[in-house]
Parts: sequence; structure tokens; C-alpha cells
Amino acid sequence: MGGFATHIVFNFYVLLMKHFFLIIKMNNDTIAAVSTGLQPAGVAIIRVSGKDSVRLVNSIFKGDDLTKALTHTVHYGFIISGDDVIDEVLVSVFLSPRSYTGEDVCEIGCHGGVDVVEEVLHTLFSAGVRSADPGEFTKRAFLNGRIDLTQAESVMELIKSQDSFSRKAAVHSLMGNVSSKINIFRDEILDMASFIEAALDDPEHYDLSDYRIKLRKKIISLSSDLHEMILHFDEGSLLKNGIRTVIAGRPNVGKSSLLNLLLHRERAIVTSVPGTTRDTIEETCNLGGIRLLLSDTAGIRETDDIVEHIGVDRSVDAIKNSDLCLFLIDGTKPIEESDTLIYNLIPDNVIRIILINKSDLLNRNDSHFMNIVSEKFNGCDNVILFSAKSGDGLHQLTDSIRNLFFENKLPNPDEVYLVNEREKQDLDSALKSLSLVVRSIDEGMTEDFFTSDLMDAYNSLGNIIGANAGDDLIDRIFSKFCMGK
Amino acid sequence: MEYVHEYYDVVVIGAGHAGVEAGLAAARLGMKTIVFTVSMDSVALMPCNPNIGGSSKGHLVREIDALGGQMGINIDKTFIQSKMLNVSKGPAVHSLRAQADKFMYSIEMRKTLQETENLTLRQSEIAEIIVEHDHITGVRTISGAFYSCKAVIICTGVYLKARCLYGNVIEHTGPNGLKAANTLSQSFLDNGIKLRRFKTGTPARLDGKTIDYSRMEPQYGDVPVVPFSFTTDPSSVQKEQVKCYLTYTNKKTHDIIRAHLDESPIYGGIIEGIGPRYCPSIEDKVVKFADKDRHQVFIEPEGLVTHEMYVDGMSSSMPEYVQYEMYHSVAGLEHASIVRNAYAIEYDCLSPGQLLPTLELKNIQGLFSAGQFNGSSGYEEAAAQGIIAGINASMEIMGKDPLVLRRDQAYIGVLIDDLVNKESFEPYRMMTSRAEYRLLLRQDNADLRLTPIGHEIGLIDDKRYEYVRLKQKLINDEIKRVSSVYFNPDSRVQNFLNTHGSTELKKSMSFTDLVRRPELTYDMVRSLDENVPSLSDDVREQVNIQLKYQGYIEREMKQVSDFRKLEAKKIPNEIDYDLVPSLRIEARQKLNNIRPLTVGQASRISGVSPSDISVLLIYLKSGKLNDNR
Repeated sequence: MGGFATHIVFNFYVLLMKHFFLIIKMNNDTIAAVSTGLQPAGVAIIRVSGKDSVRLVNSIFKGDDLTKALTHTVHYGFIISGDDVIDEVLVSVFLSPRSYTGEDVCEIGCHGGVDVVEEVLHTLFSAGVRSADPGEFTKRAFLNGRIDLTQAESVMELIKSQDSFSRKAAVHSLMGNVSSKINIFRDEILDMASFIEAALDDPEHYDLSDYRIKLRKKIISLSSDLHEMILHFDEGSLLKNGIRTVIAGRPNVGKSSLLNLLLHRERAIVTSVPGTTRDTIEETCNLGGIRLLLSDTAGIRETDDIVEHIGVDRSVDAIKNSDLCLFLIDGTKPIEESDTLIYNLIPDNVIRIILINKSDLLNRNDSHFMNIVSEKFNGCDNVILFSAKSGDGLHQLTDSIRNLFFENKLPNPDEVYLVNEREKQDLDSALKSLSLVVRSIDEGMTEDFFTSDLMDAYNSLGNIIGANAGDDLIDRIFSKFCMGK
Repeated sequence: MEYVHEYYDVVVIGAGHAGVEAGLAAARLGMKTIVFTVSMDSVALMPCNPNIGGSSKGHLVREIDALGGQMGINIDKTFIQSKMLNVSKGPAVHSLRAQADKFMYSIEMRKTLQETENLTLRQSEIAEIIVEHDHITGVRTISGAFYSCKAVIICTGVYLKARCLYGNVIEHTGPNGLKAANTLSQSFLDNGIKLRRFKTGTPARLDGKTIDYSRMEPQYGDVPVVPFSFTTDPSSVQKEQVKCYLTYTNKKTHDIIRAHLDESPIYGGIIEGIGPRYCPSIEDKVVKFADKDRHQVFIEPEGLVTHEMYVDGMSSSMPEYVQYEMYHSVAGLEHASIVRNAYAIEYDCLSPGQLLPTLELKNIQGLFSAGQFNGSSGYEEAAAQGIIAGINASMEIMGKDPLVLRRDQAYIGVLIDDLVNKESFEPYRMMTSRAEYRLLLRQDNADLRLTPIGHEIGLIDDKRYEYVRLKQKLINDEIKRVSSVYFNPDSRVQNFLNTHGSTELKKSMSFTDLVRRPELTYDMVRSLDENVPSLSDDVREQVNIQLKYQGYIEREMKQVSDFRKLEAKKIPNEIDYDLVPSLRIEARQKLNNIRPLTVGQASRISGVSPSDISVLLIYLKSGKLNDNR
């Protein structure tokens, strides 16, 4: 975690160095917040931003005189409150405008215990620093022109994101990958439009004959690239929102044990009496960086118990609405008719992995047994020998999910570009405009009809990277950052 | 000897294409107007190409006409060949272009000015503008006469400190050997007006009797001719037309040019002015399109009363002896004699950023400017600015709102918006690609777009306005009517479709949908409809275009509505950009300099980025402006 946080911070600086920024005037007060999250960790970083940040931090710091510090320097010392030493810290000083927010920024690296962090924060607050609102650093960075809208939104996503994949995708967007990719697309479109326009204005020197064939090819290829991006968006969305996963199987095959294994704790009541788990339990877990939204179904079987019946119906629904079904069978018992009955409830579009549980109790020829299982369950070839008790087979399960959902392309988040729905909509409308150009070509319209739709596509893509300033955009910013006067 | 001579409401300096439209507009709006010219024989002179219109320029002429200007009427009276360009393309890029009889064009325009009430035409050079407390109060001629006035419109074209060059010859004259205006620049500078230097050029005029036309392709005019002016009776322009001729440069021509490139004052470094990329000299073309082995050359008559032929496509500033070699290398011109040399001309014009979109100078109330002085090129661009400057000078005197056409209303709007906001480093030429909403700004609907505006201003009489209003109504009614007319797949309809090479109907289809088929037109489908009303040609044309291209037109209208959102956001006059946090320095300077009236205008200023606009919008929205006041 600490390493990753440093990675992000490092990336911010790389990002900021890439641009040339100008001095800005802001009359804001000085704000502070923990920028690494409040959970216990080895080290926590408290960021302080505002024109008085250096002076105020200096007032509670014992060590170098920070007001004389050069920008981008690190200072060892202590945070003090009166005579009390609160913590031993490293303070990094970033002077305006070369800082994350564009203002003077101090980052206090202190020990990560919750108590220590809160103590340091309180000391800052009593020195005259105000607690930052959610996203306020980013808001300041955006308003000071340090980051563009896509980057600002990515930071918001970053703040919200909970697992390493979506975080990486968000950081990726922040690093300008979205922008550079989109810029390439826009350049291509602009090339096409400007060639047509040049030819319309100077037909002697620019020849449009046959250009429509070339143009059509170019647009088709561009459209497929855009389409690819949208697909990655969907993958990104799976990563960000999690794969809806159900654990299914007849009663007492070890579903709750699997759930507990994935969640690393006792969550469902585990007994050996069939039918103990009556509710579907929803939990989030992180499996090798992939987020699973888990629901454990009540053991599905024919039952007369009314309370349990409701649980069973719900279980069937849960399976239908899932992306992934982890289907458990008990490897120590013969495959029953109820196993296949429940298995057949899994709709075709739900990806399934069969886990032969209780492998720790098994003493059989693996491959032979797995072949038999595969045969029994309509040739399903995602079969894993598993032990919910010992955790054997968990690695295989992780790899298997990665294979099935991300074609093994991930965990490399380089291909995940989009982080929000707005960007997807803009991509969709760009695609639509391009398809209108293709239609114009196919209907035999003359070239002067192509540019308007080409420019629509160009502008839709521009919206993604904030290349068009519009009122809608500003409204969105206002709503996002709760901007007041 | 200085003396006070006379009072006028409006003084126009220059009687070129901008000056005459400015003068006529002001006079027709009831202003007591005087137009000064350096020569009574050069009113509305065409010192370069002998034609009016052409791609996108034809649109400007139509728009000037729709607003109540003179250029369209004048060319309809004096053209000697006319063509609708780009007819193989969509209606947005159709453009009229007519060869003018230069002499008749000038004489006819002078006559119009002389016959216009409230208008005085006077040959005299203006030496000075008089400004008191940031208001214009008059002008003084080189002979010392002071004319007091409320507004001055500068239409000095290419005459300010003009010098003509070819090879190492420098002549300190305006175009065509006319007198240059050498004192007015200093008066402008004295009054804080910043100037820069532009250049343009013209080809040689050849003696038609020495040209071998048999080696060229003749170019004919259209039959029938479509007039420029909406007020011209089409039957009055059906007349005998002259021929133009097409020939080409060749490798030899290009070799000659390359061999002598260092003798051209531009490539040799004598010329300081910046020339237009879009109207390049033959030297520029040979350098820029090095891979082309030939360029088009059109041979065009200068008029009916002269044998001079204009060599369109070969403007040059090469030394005279190179010009002979160069022209003689072209097929058909082997033995041509030069009547007038090709030359480049340099002149003073306004540095950008000093004009309001009304064409009034920001720092001097009552001082307007139009035409090449504003950094444009071309007769049509000049005339378009002229009529707007004439209107706005008059509006200001009458205390009425100025006329600023938007980019979605007219090419004139695009032209002026670009001139005012975009930093152009070369003479600005109108092009169809500059107009974002091209399908809405067609040359065929200029009257529908602008004549109601011209009427409101007072340049269009009630009768003409009523005609346009009725035309609009008939168009709307017919478009509405045909949307509910359906044809069944009976034998009559199928026969009709077969004759026009269109697929037969499987089920009934609306009139509208049939017109949208590429191979059919509104006029064709009319024959199927028994209840069709009798409509005039111009109404039917509009119905056809609007039905056929409805999808495209609607998409452009959507773009326009987005565009207008920012256009509607006014920026308060008192804004101090230095108080807007986080604006980049370049944007701050540009905004302080241009002082845009709307956020939309601000977004089009060169050097102002989208993020600057975001910052500006946030600032306006946050109400900080009020806090800072």
C-alpha cells in the first residue's frame, strides 16, 4: 500500500513536470488532509496546501526553518504541540506553482497509526489550518490549471476506487493516456476533414477523386479502434465495480467455507447441518487485485421449509444476475442428481468455474476424476480441485478468473482507458457521427457533406479531454466539486 | 491654407469596393455622406482579377445583396461571362462567379454613387483624421480642407504607403500606377492606431491579339445565367457571353522560375509584407507544390472595350525580362506581348485586435474601417465589410443598436468574426472551409437569412421584404404539406420510378422520402402529385434543398444551438481579466486586448485555450466579479 501511494505521488510529480505552469493568484485559506487514507499503515502522508502552508507547518515543526526551504526538498524533524513531541516526521516542501495544487504545499510523512495521524492533524488545525473537503486538493489543482478535466475526474475516481486495478486505471487516465490516445484519434479526423476542405477550396492542387474510398476505409478502422476503447471501458467497469459472483451448489458442499476463505473471516454460519445458510450474503473481496462482488446462495435444494424457500428463490435470481458462478461440488461424495440440477440453473451467459471441494480429503487420480466431472457437467472445462479449508487451488481460481474475464490481458491496466460514463457517452456519439459519414459515402453524397459529421466526431472526442469549453462542462464541475462562491 | 469646409455625418476614405458599399449604405440610411477617392476614374476599380464571386466569395456577394448592397446589382449589369461553380457538389458549395467588364463595372458603380441621394463623391486625398477626446471629429485633405463629421470609415485598401515591386524595380505608387496615400498612415500612428504591412500581387496583362487561343481550351459561360442579385430579373441577364481560355504552365516555366527565384523581391528579401497563402504567386506555387509539373492558367478578358487579357494563376513579381520568358513558355502565349507588368504591392494596414465586431475601432469612437485596410483580401470581402461599416456608422449616429452578424447567420459574420478575433498573419481570404455551418449559409438562401435584417435596418424596402416573407411562408407550407402526401405502389408510381432509374415501391411512401432518394428531386416527384400548388422557381428550389438535405441541416442546426449557448453568455464590460484567477498570461493579455463581448467570442480568440474559457466561465458563474467591484 505504502509503495503504491508513493507510486501515485511520484506520478503526480511526473505529470506536473510535464507542463509549464504559471503563477496564479488564489486567496484561499490553507487546508490539510491525510492523502493516504486513514487506515493503519506504516506511513501516512498529510498534505497541507495554501499560501500559508509553509509558515503554518513551520510553526509546529522542530527542525530546519521551512520558510527558507527550497522547493522540492525534504526535511527531517518533529511535529510539536507546545513542548510535546507528537511524531518524528519528514516534511516535503513544494512551492507554488510547481506543486500538486499549484499552491505552496507541505507534505508531512508521519507514522501511520490512526492516533498519531489524528494528533498531527489536530495540531495543524489548532495552528490555523482547515480540514480539506473531499476532493478539494483536486479542485484547487483543476482551478489552478494544473490538471485538465479528465485528470480531475480521474482523481475523483482514484479517491473512490478501492482496489488496485481500478486505481491503476484511474492513475493511467490521470497520466494523460486517455488524452494522448484521444488526441491521436482527433488528429486523424482532422486530417480527413482538412484534406476535404483543402480540396474544396483549392481543387486544382488537391484531388478528391477516389478519396471517398480511402476515407471510408480510414473511418471504418478508426471506428473499430473507438469500439475497442468502449470494450475496454466495459472491462474497466468490471474491474472498477467488481465481477458479480455467486457461489452455488447443493447444501453443505462448503459454500460458506469458500466465502469465508475469500473474505478471510467468519461471515456465514458454518455448520454441517444442510440448509443453515438462509440468506444470500453480499460481500466484496479482492482476489489477486480483481474485485468480486460475492453472494453466497442458500444451498439450493427442494425444500418444504417456507423461510428457506424464499432463500432458495433468491438464490436462483442471484445466479441469473451474476457474471460468474463458482459452482461447488463435494469431492468426497459421488455426483448426485441435485448437483446437475442446480448446475443446469446457471444461464448460458454466466461464466462458471466448477470447484471440486474438499480436495484435502481426497485421494484420487486427479485428471481422471476431473474428466469425469467435466463430462457430467456438459463438458465444462473450468474445473479446479479445491480446498475451502486449506486454501489449496485459490491461485488456480484467481488465474482462471483472470483468463476468463480479461483474456489474461490484465492485470496490465494499460489498456483500460476510460474511467467514467461521460467519456463513454462521448465516445458513443463520436462513433455515431462517424457512422453517419460512412452512410453519406454509401449514399453517394458529395464530399462537402462529410465534414460536418466528421467535425461532430472530432468535437465529441474533444469533450472527453476537455478540449471544448462548454457550459455543460462547467455545470458538471460545479456539481462535482460543490463549488460555492 | 487650412480652412473649415463642410459638415457631413459620415466621411468615407476611399471609393474601392469597401468604400462604395459603406458610402451607399450610410447615404441610403439617410446620413449626409461624402466618399473621398484619389481618382474619380478608379471608383470600384478592379486592379487585379476581372471577376466577382467564386467559391465562398459568391456567397458574400449574395449576402451583400440580401442586406441591400450594390455589388450584386452592379455585376449583373456589367458581367461578360457567368458560371455557377461546383454544381457537381452539394448546394452548400455552389458559388456564382462572373467575369466583369472592369471599365463598365467601375463606370456603372460611379454612376450609382453619383445618383444616390445624400451622397457626395469627391476626388481628394485625406491626409489626417482629427480625433478629440477619443472621438472622431473630422478629416483634413492634403489641400487643407477640414470636413467635420460624426463618423469616418477608413477604406484605404492597398493605397497606404503603397509600393509596387517587380524584380529590383520599386515604384512608390498604388495599384495600376495610381497615386499612393503617403500621409494618412502617420496620422493613424499619431492617434495610437497600430499598423502592419501586408503584400499582394497581380499577374501581367497580355495583348489578346498576340495570344494563340487555338492552343488553349475555351471556357464558356452558363446558359441560362443565374443573376447575383435577388432583385435582378433573370431574363435581363441572358445575353451573349465572352469566352475565357484554359492553358497550363509546364516544366520549362517552372525551371525558368526556379532559375530566377533569387531575383524575385519576395524570395530575394526586398519585400517585408506578408502575402496570402491562398492566392499565391506562380513563384509560391512552384516552391510550395514542387511535385506538380503544371498549374492551371486561365486567360480572361478584362472587358469588352480592351484587348487586354488577364493571366489568372500567374501573378508574379519577377523582373520584367523573366516575366517575358516565363509567360512565353506557356502554351498559346509563345508570342504574347505584355501590356502591363505583373507586380507585387505592399501596403499599410491595421494590426489585428483593434476592432470591435461592429468594425469600429476600440479606442476611437466614430472611427470605423473596412476592406483590405483591415487585413482582408478580395473585392467581395472588402464590400462585405464596407456595407457593415456603413450600417454601423449610421446606427451609431442614430443611436441604434449595431449590426453584428453571427457565424451561424452569414459568411459576412464568419469573415468579420475571424478578422476581429483571429490573428491572421496574411491577407484574409474567404473560403467555404471557414464557415462551420455551411449547409445553413447557402448562397441560394441568403435572402431568407438576411433580407429581414436588411429591412429592419432600413436598407430593404417593404415590397422586397414582403416578397421574402411570402417566399418563406410558401416554402414552409409546402414542406409541411408534402410530409403527409403518400404515394401507393400503383402502376403510375412504379412507371415514374422506372423512368427515373429509381427502385419500385414495396409499400406506400411519403413525398418527402421520395425526394430524399439521390436520383429524384422535388420537381420530379411533383408530377406524381395532383394537388401540388403552383410555385415559383425560387420557392421550389428551396423546398427541394430543404427536403433533400434535411438530416444534415438538422444536425447543423443542433451544432448551432450549442454554439449559441456560449454566444449568448455576455461578458460584462467592466471585467478586469487581471482579477480572474488562474488565467494564463497569454490569455490574459489577449482578452484584455480584444475585450470580447461574449464568452463565445472569447473562445475564438487566438491564444485563448479551452481551459482558459473554463476558468472564465467559472469566474463569471461564481459571482466573484461582483465581489471585486
